[in-house]
Amino acid sequence: MAAIEWTLNGRPVSVSGVSPTMTLLEYLRGPHGATGTKEGCAEGDCGACTVAIVDPDAPQGPTFRAVNSCLVLLPMVHGKVVYSVEGIADGAPHPVQDSLVEKLGSQCGYCTPGVIMSMFEACYRKDLDEPWKLDDQMCGNLCRCTGYRPIREATEAIASLAPSDRFSAALAAAEKKRGVASYEEGDQRYFAPATLDELFDVLDANPERDIVCGGTDLSLRVTKRFERLPTVVSLEGVHGLRGVERQNGVWRIGATTPLADLEDAARDGLEPIERILRFFGARQIKNRGTVGGNLCNASPIGDLAPVLLALDAQVGLCSREGRRTLPLAEFFLRYRKTALAPNEILEAVLVPAIEDDARVGAYKVSKRQELDISAVALGAWVRLDDQQNVAAVRLGFGGMAATPARAAKTEAALVGQPWTEATVDAAVAHLDDDFSPIDDHRGSAWYRRTVAKNLVRGFYFETLSDSRPRLVHRPAATVVL
Amino acid sequence: MTDAKSPLHRPSIHESGHRHANGAAIYVDDIPPPAGMLVGMVVPSPVARGTLRSIDLDDARAIAGVHAIITASDIPGVNDIAPFTHDEPLLASTDVYCVGQAVALVVAESYAKCREAAAAIEVVIEPLEAVLELRDAIERDAFITKPHEMRRGDVKAALAAAPVVIEGEIDTGGQDHFYLESHVSLVIPEEHDTYKVYASTQHPAEVQAKVAEVLGLARHHVVVETARMGGGFGGKETQGAHFAALAALGARATGRPVKVWLNRDQDMTQTGKRHPFHSKYRAGFSEEGDLLALEVYAYSDGGWSADLSQAILDRCLFHLDNSYYVPALFFSGRVARTNKPSNTAFRGFGGPQGMAVIEEVINRASERLGLDPAEVRRRNYYGAAPRNRTPYDQEVTECRLERIHDKLLADARYAERRRDIARFNESSRFVKRGIGYQPVKFGISFTNAMLNQAGALILIYADGSVQVNHGGTEMGQGLHTKMIAVAAHELGVKPERIRLMNTATDKVPNTSATAASSGSDLNGAAVKQACERLRSRLAVVAARLIGCSQHEPVRFEDGIVSAAGREVPFEQVVARAYVDQVSLSATGYYRTPGIEYDAAAGKGKPFHYFAYGGAVVEVEVSGLTGEHKVRRVDILHDVGDSLVPSIDRGQIEGGFIQGLGWLTCEELVWSPAGELRTHSPDTYKIPAMSEAPLAFDVQLLEGAPQSGVIHGSKAVGEPPFMLAIGAVTALRHAIGAFGAREVELAIPCTPEAILRAVVHVSQTTEAVERESVLI
Repeated sequence: MAAIEWTLNGRPVSVSGVSPTMTLLEYLRGPHGATGTKEGCAEGDCGACTVAIVDPDAPQGPTFRAVNSCLVLLPMVHGKVVYSVEGIADGAPHPVQDSLVEKLGSQCGYCTPGVIMSMFEACYRKDLDEPWKLDDQMCGNLCRCTGYRPIREATEAIASLAPSDRFSAALAAAEKKRGVASYEEGDQRYFAPATLDELFDVLDANPERDIVCGGTDLSLRVTKRFERLPTVVSLEGVHGLRGVERQNGVWRIGATTPLADLEDAARDGLEPIERILRFFGARQIKNRGTVGGNLCNASPIGDLAPVLLALDAQVGLCSREGRRTLPLAEFFLRYRKTALAPNEILEAVLVPAIEDDARVGAYKVSKRQELDISAVALGAWVRLDDQQNVAAVRLGFGGMAATPARAAKTEAALVGQPWTEATVDAAVAHLDDDFSPIDDHRGSAWYRRTVAKNLVRGFYFETLSDSRPRLVHRPAATVVL
Repeated sequence: MTDAKSPLHRPSIHESGHRHANGAAIYVDDIPPPAGMLVGMVVPSPVARGTLRSIDLDDARAIAGVHAIITASDIPGVNDIAPFTHDEPLLASTDVYCVGQAVALVVAESYAKCREAAAAIEVVIEPLEAVLELRDAIERDAFITKPHEMRRGDVKAALAAAPVVIEGEIDTGGQDHFYLESHVSLVIPEEHDTYKVYASTQHPAEVQAKVAEVLGLARHHVVVETARMGGGFGGKETQGAHFAALAALGARATGRPVKVWLNRDQDMTQTGKRHPFHSKYRAGFSEEGDLLALEVYAYSDGGWSADLSQAILDRCLFHLDNSYYVPALFFSGRVARTNKPSNTAFRGFGGPQGMAVIEEVINRASERLGLDPAEVRRRNYYGAAPRNRTPYDQEVTECRLERIHDKLLADARYAERRRDIARFNESSRFVKRGIGYQPVKFGISFTNAMLNQAGALILIYADGSVQVNHGGTEMGQGLHTKMIAVAAHELGVKPERIRLMNTATDKVPNTSATAASSGSDLNGAAVKQACERLRSRLAVVAARLIGCSQHEPVRFEDGIVSAAGREVPFEQVVARAYVDQVSLSATGYYRTPGIEYDAAAGKGKPFHYFAYGGAVVEVEVSGLTGEHKVRRVDILHDVGDSLVPSIDRGQIEGGFIQGLGWLTCEELVWSPAGELRTHSPDTYKIPAMSEAPLAFDVQLLEGAPQSGVIHGSKAVGEPPFMLAIGAVTALRHAIGAFGAREVELAIPCTPEAILRAVVHVSQTTEAVERESVLI
C-alpha cells in the first residue's frame, strides 16, 4: 500500500514518504504541523502526547481509546479515526475543555493537551461507574503543577457525559476497516496481515523482523534507543487473536487482547487478574498494550506473568506447522527469552477457571502505585483439604529472578501443612532459597526478599475472610488488611 | 477591599487556560520552524571527571547534513555560563567535571543526523578520580564555598545544660524538576549581527546577557522573548541559559536559525537538580518540649560548579529555624563540590532542606518526650520580644503562626483524629495511621538585595486597548493572570481589553529572574506604578472631557471614567488623549525597600516579610510492604489579601504535592560511575493522580492583609511546598505505632525506607541483624 490513510480531527489524511516507524506524535508535530500534542517523555510514562483513537473492535462496541501517540507507529492508524487536542472544539470549546479550564486544571499547560484527551475518552466511556476508575483513567497523565485535585474534579464533572455530538456520531458510524496490509519507505517495511495464513507468509518471507501489536514496548526501541527497525510485523489486524471467552472451564485470552479489555472481562471470574491490572499501567497503556506482548517480552517484571503462573495458565502457540500448548512456566526460558520457535507466535493464553474452593490473590509493590514497574509482584493460589491443610499451592513471583518464576521450595514447604500463620511464617523463609533477587533503582535485594515474604503472609491474612479479595478504592498498599 | 467591578481579589481562570486546553498555547518547540532552521544537540561527557585530551571531529563533519560542530575553541566570546561566579565553562575545554557536561554541540538538519554525528565524534578523556558522594566530598574537604555561619548566645553551654539533647544526622535527597516541557531555545540570526532568542527561561535578561557574552557582543545585540514555560520550578532560572547560548553559537556559526531542544533523558542527565543536603545537629530541649539550643552543620551537594548554590545554602540557613524561636544557636553551612551536574534552584531554594532538619529535631524530641509534636511546635513559635528575633536577627513581624495553628487544628479536628488514630492503631496489626501538623514560615525576597527590582511597560492604543509588559515570566504559576487583574484594576478597564505580552528583553530591561516567589510582588508593584502614571495623565483628559475641575477626583472602573457624577467611556478618554497629544505609554518600576544582609556577621534583614501556612496531614502505612497513602490533607495558608484566590489555591495544592513527591516517591539513583540511572519517568516517579488525597481541603487565611505589599497580598509560589513535611511527621507517627523503639526514617520515604523503619521500630537489634523481619 502506498499511503497510510486515516481520519484526523474529522478530515481525511493520506501520508506517504515517511518511515513506517515514525510515531504518530512525530507526524503530528512534524510534517502535519499540529503542535498542540506535546512530547514529555517519548516512552508512554507522562501522557502529554495523549490522543484519542476510535477502537471499532472493542467488546463494548466502538469506543474512544486514549493512547500515547509517542508509542503509536504511524501505519497503526491506517483506516482509523483519530482526534487530537486541536480537533475537539466545535466552535465552542468541548465540555471537557470548559470543565478543565473552569476548575483551573491547567497551570503551565504542557500536560494539558494530554489531560484533555484522557478526559475526552472519559467523557464518552459508559462504564466509569466506580471511583477507582477515575484515578485509573487519569493516572497516565502526569501533571507537575496542579497537584491533580482540579484535574480530578474536572474529570468527575464530565465522566460518561457522552453528549449527542459529532463524536458520539463518529462512534456510531465507526467501521471495522482492515488495517494497512503493508507499507514501506526506503528500506523499512511494515506488514499488517489479516489472517494467520497471511501472517505466516510474511514471517516466512521476513526471517529478520520484529513483531508488534500495541507498540507499547517495541516502540521504545525507536523512541528511546533510536534503533532503525527494518521490518515490523503487526498482529493487530490478524483475525481471531483478540478477545476473551470462557468455554468448558477454561478462559481463552487472545494474544492481541488489549489489557483494558482483559481488565473488564476478568472482573467476574478472574478476580486476581483484574486486581493486578488495576496498577498495571496507565489507561493509555492498557488501551494499547496486549496480553501477548506482556508475556512475549519475557521481562522479569512483566506483571501478568506472576498471576498467570499462580493460576496455572498455559500458552497456546501457533505456527504454520500447527498448534501446541505449554505451561506458562515453561514458556520463559531465561532473561527475555521465550520458548517460541522461529515463525511461531503466541495465539492465546489459557487459564483454567478458578476453583470455587481456591483462594487467590495478586499483589504488586512499586515505588509509586500507579504507572510504575514492580519491585516485586506475586500471584498466589492455594487449595486446602478437608483438614484445612494445604492441598496445593502456587506462588508466582515477578522481580525476584531473571524470569517470572514459581517459588518451588516455598510451595513444597507449604504442601501438607496446616494453613496457619505459623506454617506460613515458617514456609516463607524458603523464599531465600528460591530466589536471589538483585539490588537496583526499584529496590534493594533486602527489600525484595522482605516484601516477597510479607506478600505471602499478606495473602494468607487476606484470604482468611475472602477467598478472592478485591482491591478497594485508593488502597494504602497492595495488601489490603 | 474588593471593588464591585474590579477583577482584583476575585477568582479567575488562568489567562491562558482555554489555549492550554485547545492546543493553541505556543511553547518554544511549537514555533513553526523558520526557513533553514537547524537543530543542535549537546555531546555530553561520558565520564564524571577527567582531562580532555582530544576531540576528533573529522568523521562527524564529513556526514552530509551536519552543518557545524562547535567546541570550546569556537566560542568567540567568553566560555562561561555561570550566573555570578565565572566558574562554569559552557563547553568543556581542558577538563570535564561530570557525566553529562557539554563537550561539544552538533548542529545538523535533524536530530537523527545529530545523533549520527555525535556517535562519530571521538572524545578522548583521561579519567581522573571523581567525587560522587556528598559525604565523600565533606571528608575530603572538597568545598565550593566558605562556611556561612550564624550564632546567638552560648550554644555549647546551653546544650550542656539542656535536660534533653537530641543529636543526629539527616540527609535529604535531590529532586528533578520534571517540568513537562524540557529545556529548549530557538535562536534566529538577524541583520547586523543581532540575534532573536526564543527561550524557555525564568530569566530572559540573564539569557540575553549570557548569549551576548558567549558571542562577544554587547547585550543590545540580543533580544530574548519568552511566551511561557511548560513548567520551571527553578530549573529554568539559570540553566536555560546554557541551551540558549549553545543555540546562539550554532546560529552564529551557520548563519541559520538553530533550535536546541532536550529530550527527557538529555534534560534529566544534563541539568542540575535540587541540592541534596547532609546535616548534623544537636538540639537541647526542656522536659516540657521547649527548644533551648540548636547547633547545625549543613552541607549541600553543589555539583561541579557554583551556579546558585551559595544563595541556596544561605536560604537553608535562613530556614533552619522555620517557625521557632531558638534562644541559643550556632548554624554553619557550606557547599560541597562533587562530580555531578551542577545543582540549581528548585522551589523553596534551600528552605525545604533547612526546615527538614528542624522538623526532624522536633519530631524526635516529641517522640522522646512522649509529647504531641503539634504541641511541641506550638510551644516554640515566634512570639513577643525577645522571642521575635530570627537566628539572623531579623524581627518577626505580623506573625500568624498561632492564629493558623489554632484555627486549622480546630477546623481539621486534629486532637479528636489523633485519638481516633490511636484507637485504630491498637486494633490494626499490619496497617497503622499517623497524623502530623506542619507550620511554615518562609522569608520573602531575594536574599541578594539588588535582585529585588522589577519593571513594567504599559502601552495604551488609541482605541483604548492595552498591552501590558512586565519583567516576570509565566511558567504556569498564574503571574500573568494576576498582572492582568492588577492592570485592569488600576486602569479601570475590563480584563479582556488587556493583552499580556510575551516577556521580552526589549520591552523591560535588566530584569531579575522570576523566582523566590517574588513575581507578583515585584512586577505587580511595577505594573501598578506604570498604570498610575497613565491614569493620572488620563484623569486630566477626562476632567476636560467631562468639563469638571481638575481637582475633582476621577474614578476609573470597569471601562468607565467618572467624575463629578458624570461619566465617559475609557475609550473616549483615550481617543481624546491621543488627539490632545498626551503620551499613552509609561514605564513602572519597583524596588523592595530595606533589604540588607551581612553574611560575615550572619545578621541583617534579608526578607521583606514572611509568608505563613499550616497543614494537617494524615497517612496510612502498610507494615508489610512499606507502602503508604496520604488519606487527608487540610491546609490553611496565609496569602494576605490574595490578588487572585483561585490562582493561589492552585499554587498551594501544586506546591504541596510537589513537596510530597520530594519527600516520598522521588528518588534519584546514580551509578557508581556517576551516571544518573533514573533519567526518565519510567524510573523517576513524580506523584500521579492518586498521590493527591481525595480529602484535600485548602483554605486561605482571611482578613490578613500584608502591609507593604501590592494590594495587601503575599507571595505564594514556594511556601506551600514545605507544608508537605507534615507527611513525614505523620509517617513517623504511624511507624512508631509498630513498635517501641525510636523511629529512624530516611527521606525520601519510599516504601523501602518506610519498611526499614517499621522493621527497626518493631524488632530487637539482634533480629534486624539476622534479617528476621516479620512484624
